[in-house]
Order: sequence, then C-alpha cells, then structure tokens
Amino acid sequence: MAMQATEQEVRGTFGERLAGFWRAASVPLMAILLAALIGAIILIISGANPIDAYAALFRGSFSNARAIGRTLEKATPLILAGLAVAFAFKGGLFNIGGQGQLLIGAIVAAALGFGLNGLPFIIHMPIALLGGALAGAFYASIAGALKAFTGAHEVITTIMLNFVAINITDFLSNGPWKDTGIVARTPAILETAAIPKWDSIPLGFFIAAAVAIIIWYLLFRTTLGFEIRTVGLNPNAAKYAGIRVARITILTMAISGLLAGMGGSIETLGVVGRFQPGFNIGLGFDGITIALLARTHPLGVIPAAILLGAMQAGSSQMQFDAKVSFEIIDVIQALILFFVSAEMIVRWILRIRGEGDGGVRLSSGWGQG
Amino acid sequence: MTSNVALIKNSSWLDFLRKTGVWISILVVIGAIYGYLTEPQITTSMLASTLRQSTPLVLGALCGLLGERSGVINIGIEGQMLLSAFTGFLANVYTGNLLVAVMVGVLTGALLGGLLAFMSVTLKMDQIIGGTVINILALGLTGFFYQTGLTTQGKLQPIELGPLASLPLVGPVLFENPPITYLAIILVFVMHYMLFYTRWGLRTRAIGEHPRAADTVGINVNRMRYINVIIAGGIAGLAGAFLTLEAVGSFERAMTNGRGFVALAVMIFGKYMPFGVWGSALLFGFATALQTQLQFSGTIQIPHQFIGMLPYLLTIVVLAGFVGRTRPPASEGKPYETE
Repeated sequence: MAMQATEQEVRGTFGERLAGFWRAASVPLMAILLAALIGAIILIISGANPIDAYAALFRGSFSNARAIGRTLEKATPLILAGLAVAFAFKGGLFNIGGQGQLLIGAIVAAALGFGLNGLPFIIHMPIALLGGALAGAFYASIAGALKAFTGAHEVITTIMLNFVAINITDFLSNGPWKDTGIVARTPAILETAAIPKWDSIPLGFFIAAAVAIIIWYLLFRTTLGFEIRTVGLNPNAAKYAGIRVARITILTMAISGLLAGMGGSIETLGVVGRFQPGFNIGLGFDGITIALLARTHPLGVIPAAILLGAMQAGSSQMQFDAKVSFEIIDVIQALILFFVSAEMIVRWILRIRGEGDGGVRLSSGWGQG
Repeated sequence: MTSNVALIKNSSWLDFLRKTGVWISILVVIGAIYGYLTEPQITTSMLASTLRQSTPLVLGALCGLLGERSGVINIGIEGQMLLSAFTGFLANVYTGNLLVAVMVGVLTGALLGGLLAFMSVTLKMDQIIGGTVINILALGLTGFFYQTGLTTQGKLQPIELGPLASLPLVGPVLFENPPITYLAIILVFVMHYMLFYTRWGLRTRAIGEHPRAADTVGINVNRMRYINVIIAGGIAGLAGAFLTLEAVGSFERAMTNGRGFVALAVMIFGKYMPFGVWGSALLFGFATALQTQLQFSGTIQIPHQFIGMLPYLLTIVVLAGFVGRTRPPASEGKPYETE
C-alpha cells in the first residue's frame, strides 16, 4: 500500500522523540529534586547537615566498584518489584501484594536451592529461579481470581495475603524447612543454585534488566500486551471488543506475581543464600514508588530502581559518616512518591502547559473494577 | 427532599438486620450464656477482648465510611493510625498528660486527612495512590523519628460505670472499659444520627452519590469533602491513640499491623452503615480475640502461624463474599469538577 507510513513518520524524528522523552522524564526528575529538598529540611530539623548526609549517601553508592556492585545488588529485586507493580498498573490493577509474592517466591527458591541434590548449575539455578517465580505467580493469581470472580478489590486482598505470606513463610522456615540449630531459617542453598557474581557486579542485575526488556516487548509488541493494556484503560470497552476480561485480569495478576516472586528468588539465590524471616521487608512498597517514578514504563523501571537501590546501598555509609538514621531514605521515598503522583504541583513549578498523560487512574470503587 | 429516593435512609440495612442480624444475635447470646455457664472466666475475657480488639476497627471503619459517603476513598487509614499512634505516644512521653496525648493523636489524623483531601480534591490525584502516599509517608516518618527505649507515662485506665460494672458477665465486658472503647461505641450512634437525621448528613450522602445534583442546589462539594475527610482523619487518629495509649502503652514499628486495611473490609461488610460497621467490627474483633486465646491456651495443636492468619483470611473471605452485594456510594473515587 502506498499510503503506508514509514517507521520514521510513525515514531517521529529524533528531535521529536527527544522532546517526548523530556516530557516524560521531567516530572520524575523534578519530583526527585523536590523530595531531596524537603528531605534536607527534615535533616536540618533533626540536627544533621544535609550536604554531608547526601555526600555520604553518594560515596556509599557510587564512589568505587564495590559501592556500585552494592547499588546494583540492591537495585536487582527493586527492578522486579517495580516491574510487578508497573505491569499490574498497565492492566488496571494495583498490586500492593508484591511483598507477599516476593516472600513466597523467596522461600520456594530457597527450598529448591537446598533441597535438590546432584544437579549441575546450568539446570539447578534456573529451576530454583523459575520455581520461586512461579510460586509468586500462583500466589498473586489468588487475588486476581478473587477480583475477576467476586469483585473483591485487589488492594485489600493483596495486603491481607501479605500478612498470610508472612505467617506461611514463618511457619515453613521454623518448621518443615528449618535448618538444624535454634535460628528459624532454612538451610543454605547449594553452590549449584547460587547466582554468581562477576567481580563485585552481581549477575542477577542483568537477569532483572533482561526481564524488564521482555516485559516491555510483551506489553507493547504482542497481542496479549495489547489486550492487557486495553483492559487497563477501559474494561467495558475491552469486553465489548471481545476480550475475555476475567482471564486477562487473572493473567495480569499472575505475571505481576511472577515478577515479584522472581525478585524474591534472585535475592535468595544471589545475595542472602537462604530464607530467613524478616527477609526484605518493605520491597513491596518500594515497588510502588519505582513503578510510579518510572511512569509505569517497564524500561523506566531500571533507572528508577537503580536510584532507590543507590539510596539503600549508601544509607549505611550515611548513617556511619553523617550520623543520620538510615530511615530518612524511607521519608525521601515517600516524598518522591508524593511529588510523582501529584503531577500538578510539579507541572506548575516547571510551567509545563497542557495535560499530561493523566497518570494512573485506579480508584473506581471497591466492587466496580 | 423526598424526590430523591436513593438519598433517603437506605432501608436495605433494616432488611439486612432483620434477615441476618436477629439470628446472629440470638446465636451469640446463647453462645455467650453457654460459655459463661461452662467456662465463666474464659468467656468473660474473650468477650471483653472482642470488644477491645474491635475498637480500632470500628474507628478505622467509621473513618473510611465518612470518607466514602462523601465520595473520597481512603486507603491511607493504616498510615493515619500509625502516625497518630506515634505522635500521641511522643506527646505522652514528653508531657505525661494522657488527654493532651489523645488530642495530639486526633489532630495528627485530621492533618493527614487534610493531606488526603488536598491530594484527592485539589490535586485530583488518584485516590488510591493518594492513600498509598500517606501509608508510605507514615511508615517512613515513624521509622525515622522512632527511638527505642521510650515508654508512656501510664495508659488510659478502665472506668467502671457504677453498679452496672458489677453485673455478672455483662458488667466486666460492657461497663468496665477504658475511655476510647466507650467513645468508639458512642461514635457509632453519633455517626448514625448525624448521617441520617441531620442536614449535614443528607448533604454528605448527596455529595457521595451525586455531586453534580448537590452542586446545583448550592452545596459546596469540594469544601464539604475537605471537612468530612478531615473529621474522618481525626477518627482514625483516635484509633491510633487507642493503640499506643490504651491498648499497648508503647510504640512499635508498623504496629498497626494491617488494621487500617482490615477496617476497610469491615466497612464494606458493614454495608457503609454505622451499625453494620459496628457489628462486623465485633465479628473481626472476635476472630482476633479467638486467635489470641488459642495461642495462649495451647489446647489445640495447630502451629501458631496458622492461627495468626485468621483475621486476615476472614477479611479476604468477607470481601469476596460481600463486596458484590453491597452498593458503595456512586461517586466514590471520582474527583468533582465544576463546569
């Protein structure tokens, strides 16, 4: 067909794409800046020097190869937690249950890691990794099915499932899967299940980044991705167009849980080496901040996760050098989340005209989703 | 005012009560009497514990109810409770005055209510994300400012209501409670009266159901949403104060333990009605009391983690079973735009 537009015309020129990128990135960048500013005020109120604190934070996260390795290590589960939330957002679902899915994924990965004997690395590690991911997928699909068949809102069910997951993993690591000794934890995983490090750079990071690219492809280049995004934008229209909404809802939740579960697996197999209670509390909430900071774009999740990972990696250095309690990064994260979602404030400061892409709309009531 | 049927007292709750409430109450009374005759001490402590466990849930659910009746979804109840519990606790540590501490807690909740109103009414942010901001902010702020080793100077003590307190069973359960527990019950009645028998209540329900219509008759929708969400925040703040100043006597990280979210399930199960909320909060309180009782008695050989899941599983079951059968206010979750 002669009328067919070229790739260039569809996607715009380089300059246009750059401008589009700036439109997308300016709000998150400004949000980070504003959050850092208010964080500095809180630091001054609590009697610390914000410049010292931020400098120490930076030293602890980027100053040498070991620090960078630590940052990437922290960023790895964050990428997956962020992807889990971002992916569900695209399907119109708010998965706050990343924490629970992550725990389930972590303990299953640990069990496969110490329980399967005599397998070579090339088989053992992927089995443990995917086993954890699938466990997370199964766990999240419970909330998906409840939403699809009864209308129970996923925000409440996933939060409740978080508490259930804490109890389940607590029971397993203190009962059937308990290590010898008095500490409640599973035995260490076998060498063949461990995700190796290359010097100080964790290989798990590259797995997570690759997954982000796969998710981007799935969402924007496949029919399934199109269906998921259509359901996310307007479930009624999707139903009218012949998309089976219930099926897509469950599948979206399952893939979201798969990602969170994989975050738990990678953390277990690459960093912790076993499961112990109290494992990575807060990752589920971090995922929300990352997803919104990335404007729910799968590839944007990578830099957003590196930023938060750097804050976590540098926080102990900051506590040590500047005598600032490391929880200040939680406050800064909350502020980032506020400014990113309160786009209007940022747009007003930046004097950006016109409507944005509207951000995320989820609140349609408890039973009407 | 009689033209709009939906705004008049929702009579479905009466049907609901008639159908299920009567039978449940009869069963509960028979169970309580039977329990009292066979195991007087355990029964008394179980019922008293049910009432106290239900207090933060009643308050949290009333907070959610007032917000949603006015059209604002509040999933930040958890954060409102947590930060209020913390500030109330700090106020008590530094002033030693319990009344001041409770008021600080209520004010903190109201302030966060103001923040939620700002985000959802003025900024027209997605309300679920707005609530999440509050939850994460509360978690971060309490974590940052928390110091170990602080304890309150006394907690709110039970008040015996004269001769009523010496009645068998009923006395210790109903008439020998600390102040916030009484206050929660009073608030249930007050909220019911206010919502269904006053002008403010009619207007509140109007802006939750049909803000455009409310606007045409001269109600300032956004101002009213602000006021109600702030009042609701104060009620959640009272729940927070209950946790540190009446129930525990100290602050622990993330001590709300999901109660703010359970409260939302309580609200839905209670069909957005104050008395319904009270009834369902008692059911959840009973689940929690049962859980504690089973954990301590050790008579049943179930790992304690499975008992610990009980209130959360109950929340899921209730939500799955009832969410489709309740009708939430029609305009909840939608920012109101004037034309």
